[in-house]
Amino acid sequence: MGVADLPLSSGETRSLVYRIGNANLVDGIDLQVPAGTLTVIMGPNGAGKSLLLRLLHGLIAPTVGQVFWGGRPLDEDLRKSQAMVLQRPVLLRRSVAANIRFVLKLRGAASSARVMEILEEVGLAAQAGQAARLLSGGEQQRLSLARALALNPHVLFLDEPSASLDPASTAAIEAIVRRAHACGTKIVFVTHDLGQARRLADDVVFLHRGRLVEHTPARQFFEDPDSEAARHYLDGRLIFS
Amino acid sequence: MQDFAKAFGLAFQLVLSADGDLLEIIALSLRVSLTASALACIIGLPLGAAVAMSRFRGRMATIVLLNALMGLPPVVVGLLIYLLLSNAGPLGWMRLLYTPTAMIIAQTLLITPIVAALSREVVEQLHNEYAEQFRSLCVPTATAVRALLWDARYSLLTVGMSGFGRAVAEVGAVIIVGGNIDHLTRVMTTAIALETSKGDLALALALGIVLIAIALTVNASLMLLRLTAVKYAYA
Repeated sequence: MGVADLPLSSGETRSLVYRIGNANLVDGIDLQVPAGTLTVIMGPNGAGKSLLLRLLHGLIAPTVGQVFWGGRPLDEDLRKSQAMVLQRPVLLRRSVAANIRFVLKLRGAASSARVMEILEEVGLAAQAGQAARLLSGGEQQRLSLARALALNPHVLFLDEPSASLDPASTAAIEAIVRRAHACGTKIVFVTHDLGQARRLADDVVFLHRGRLVEHTPARQFFEDPDSEAARHYLDGRLIFS
Repeated sequence: MQDFAKAFGLAFQLVLSADGDLLEIIALSLRVSLTASALACIIGLPLGAAVAMSRFRGRMATIVLLNALMGLPPVVVGLLIYLLLSNAGPLGWMRLLYTPTAMIIAQTLLITPIVAALSREVVEQLHNEYAEQFRSLCVPTATAVRALLWDARYSLLTVGMSGFGRAVAEVGAVIIVGGNIDHLTRVMTTAIALETSKGDLALALALGIVLIAIALTVNASLMLLRLTAVKYAYA
């Protein structure tokens, strides 16, 4: 699944600000998102992780600054080459297969064979005719992931996709994400789960109070982070400043 | 008491024997109200969906107006249509006053705001749920509207049936524009009003029984629809 066109999976933000009222919820972020890696965005609650993800994907427009992918300003055409999985899966009130068929039709023809192929890749072929909303939480998230990957995105954004799932479901989600990454899809993943971040991340973007604190290779981040805030976070201590 | 008991007995006899006059009145009632409901849905559902999904200046005022029009008095609607269709009115040349068509027009005007307001609420709730995901998927607006209307189908069917329930039970509008003419514009509600005033309780009661049966059937169907939708997670 997913073929990454190297330029389109390389992102950049310049002086990115997202403001509501007088508060800069994302505050002047200059970030280079490297192509090909699995980038994990981490930080305490309220750090701006989900907002940054949405800004990178163009779901919300920045107050100041710009987002680039493949060197081009993010626009509707570029967004069609991306996909996002939300923390709480939003499934259509239809069958499992119909949810996949819906997105395939957005990009052209939707054959039954292709629908079943996609469902088999995520282990949901047996539930093809079932109402999507009757699936378990883990199955719904797998369907949401399958739907996103059916678009063959260059970049896949995931906003805490396994936040409320059990270990088995989390492992299933991670396996699918790894497979997509291995096929060349750039992954940008928000998580609170340190263990998950250690398992998946190639590089870590650490945010605090809307600011980019550090962006380092994963191994370096977990063994010897640059910032005190990151050290506190990894130690499980509250960050007050 | 004995007169009432006798009237009830006669009423049941009329119903069970499928009295010709009774059937004619019931058939016209259903024709008028079902046609008006269908027209109200054709106008009201897209209108409700458009208001739900659009952001425009005056949107809140439009919603307030739609909600307020849900309580439009039937006699006022009847009066308005009467003024339009009377010989002295701008549409008098169409000679529609005191015809079933005039009744359909009046009921359509009466229940369209109900359909529009309720469907707006249904579609907006679903739109808010789907909006972020649709934006991520770059779903075109026309596709999004079709998807929302299809996914909300059970709730929208409920809206339509609620409109029908309102239409079939109203008397104010149809008595003004229809005139309650025997074998022409007499429907269940206007017949009940007339027969009661004449003291002919049997026919009035028989029609009342049928009207209650229709109301019960509509509400039971709504409940069944709702339970089916919830059971199969399509609600």
